[in-house]
Amino acid sequence: MNSTPTPQPSRRDFLKVAWAFFGGVAALETAGVFFAYLQPRLADGEFGAVITAGKVEDFPPNSVTHISNGRFYVVRLGDGGFLAVYHRCTHLGCTVPWDVSAQKFICPCHNSQFDQQGAVENPPAPRPLDLFALAIEDGEIKVDTGNLLQRQSYEMAQVVYP
Amino acid sequence: MNEQNSQPEPSLFERMRNRLTPEGEPVDDRGRMRMVVDSLVLHIHPAKVDVSAMKWTYTWGLGGLSALLMTILGLTGIVLLNNYTPAAPQAYLDILELNSNVWFGELIRNLHHWSANLLIVVAVLHLIRVFATGAYRPPRELNWLIGVAMLLLALGANFTGYLLPWDQLAYWAITVGTSIISYVPLVGEALSRLVLGGPEVGANTLLNFYSMHISFIPLAIFGLMSYHFWRVRKDGGLTLPKSARAAQDSPKVERVTTIPYLVRRETIFAIAWSAALLIFAMLVPAPLEGIANPALSPNPAKAPWYFMGLQELLLHFHPLVGAIALPSLALIGIFLLPFFDLNSQSVGVYFRSQRGRALTLLAVGIALVATPLWVLLDEYVLQWSAWLPTWNTLLSNGLIPLAVILLPLIGLDDWAHKSLNADVEERVLFLASFLFAAFVVLTLIGIFFRGPGMNLYFPWAMPAAH
Repeated sequence: MNSTPTPQPSRRDFLKVAWAFFGGVAALETAGVFFAYLQPRLADGEFGAVITAGKVEDFPPNSVTHISNGRFYVVRLGDGGFLAVYHRCTHLGCTVPWDVSAQKFICPCHNSQFDQQGAVENPPAPRPLDLFALAIEDGEIKVDTGNLLQRQSYEMAQVVYP
Repeated sequence: MNEQNSQPEPSLFERMRNRLTPEGEPVDDRGRMRMVVDSLVLHIHPAKVDVSAMKWTYTWGLGGLSALLMTILGLTGIVLLNNYTPAAPQAYLDILELNSNVWFGELIRNLHHWSANLLIVVAVLHLIRVFATGAYRPPRELNWLIGVAMLLLALGANFTGYLLPWDQLAYWAITVGTSIISYVPLVGEALSRLVLGGPEVGANTLLNFYSMHISFIPLAIFGLMSYHFWRVRKDGGLTLPKSARAAQDSPKVERVTTIPYLVRRETIFAIAWSAALLIFAMLVPAPLEGIANPALSPNPAKAPWYFMGLQELLLHFHPLVGAIALPSLALIGIFLLPFFDLNSQSVGVYFRSQRGRALTLLAVGIALVATPLWVLLDEYVLQWSAWLPTWNTLLSNGLIPLAVILLPLIGLDDWAHKSLNADVEERVLFLASFLFAAFVVLTLIGIFFRGPGMNLYFPWAMPAAH
């Protein structure tokens, strides 16, 4: 064709781009609606809130106590410090029991093992057991199960002292 | 006018039958062929079929059996809906009720359970058959992809259905299975929360899985199945060996009408399998353990049997390698197979040629010996994370063990290439046979040789689970 090249897009081109643009926006919006709609609906319950595990003197030094409604262990170390250890294995989510005779957490699913502080002694677990934020108020152990702390190793700073 | 009056008026019943089958019962081949072409269901078949394409020992009826199982699953699934509430703990109580207080409830549940498990086996065998006969080669690449997609959907249907009884078996298998999602790089945690509907398997997970299990997955499978059948016809029907295809042009080729020869076979096949399944479902109850208890993981906690090969990999690798990288690579490989295995000469011949059969046997033999040896070596000798305690576990428990298996694998391929003079087609056959056999061995080890603490035991010396 020998028509002069138009510097401006034709009406057809403009409409094509506009259709593609608004179609894309509509598709994204639809995806967003579905994504938001499918978000977890958290029930008001005990897990996820602050849970009072008991008084400081309830936990003798060098003990591990399972708080089942909070899904964590209150670990009191030999030096009197506290940790709130989430009972979920960091490997594939099994509930890890405390083995009293071995003095270890031993996961029944893939034999991951953790010491009293939750540090990995035997893989396949890729990182130590997660912690919940623990605070001591008026001699009571308060654990915030909505505040999960993932860690790469055990450090002294994670321990809370009364 | 007179003639019309002389005919007796057709009865209501006759008029209805005439509407359904206007041409009546076909009496000749032409009528039978017309009936196939005009029928909604039968037109998935050609009007006439090559006798050699009907040989049992070529397809083993695996695709047809998959379709039959899907039909049984759909029907039993629909009636099971009437006795099930997707809420915890009611779901478990409903299953107990179904087993004890509903007429034929246990039979229908068993039938659904065993058909679902058999479907996984049959669909995988179908995939192997198509691979073994090279039936995914051009122009059938797309149908291979659809088939693999359906296999994944069938696994998804099976996995989502696994949770529904809400017993200990279901709860922990799904906990272990879904934890893998959180290892997907970047989006893992968000994806896991979306699938589970919360931080761990709970009431929301049950509802999510239930809705996927009864709506999206079956709809998607039904759509893809229809497309799969249509494409079989579009791509020229079943693949046939070259010898048979050459004979097709000659007038001597034996072709018979679909009605009655093919349809009769299919009907007998479907009835026989339905009867066998029914008897099996009467004799063997589907497993059901105690009600789900999130505080108590059973020991050992095993994934569904078809994921035990993956769970075995998880014992040897960091989850990012064992559960994400290796399966993704395998899946990409399976999807890409028809795009680099192109030789149309050997289509329709089991394992390509006499030499191909020998290579396959060799690969399977090596896998049968090497895989258990590797499992034992990794279990008892190689302790990378203990030897390299300061290294990141992704390195010490992921990439180093990966190198331990990848290097011999590359060596094996190189050996097939250089010493056995295998061409591309034969190398694909050799490696795929090796990898598949190795995966089957891993699955069997996971199912039969792993006991409490996921330690290795001989099946006859297996301590009881506790």
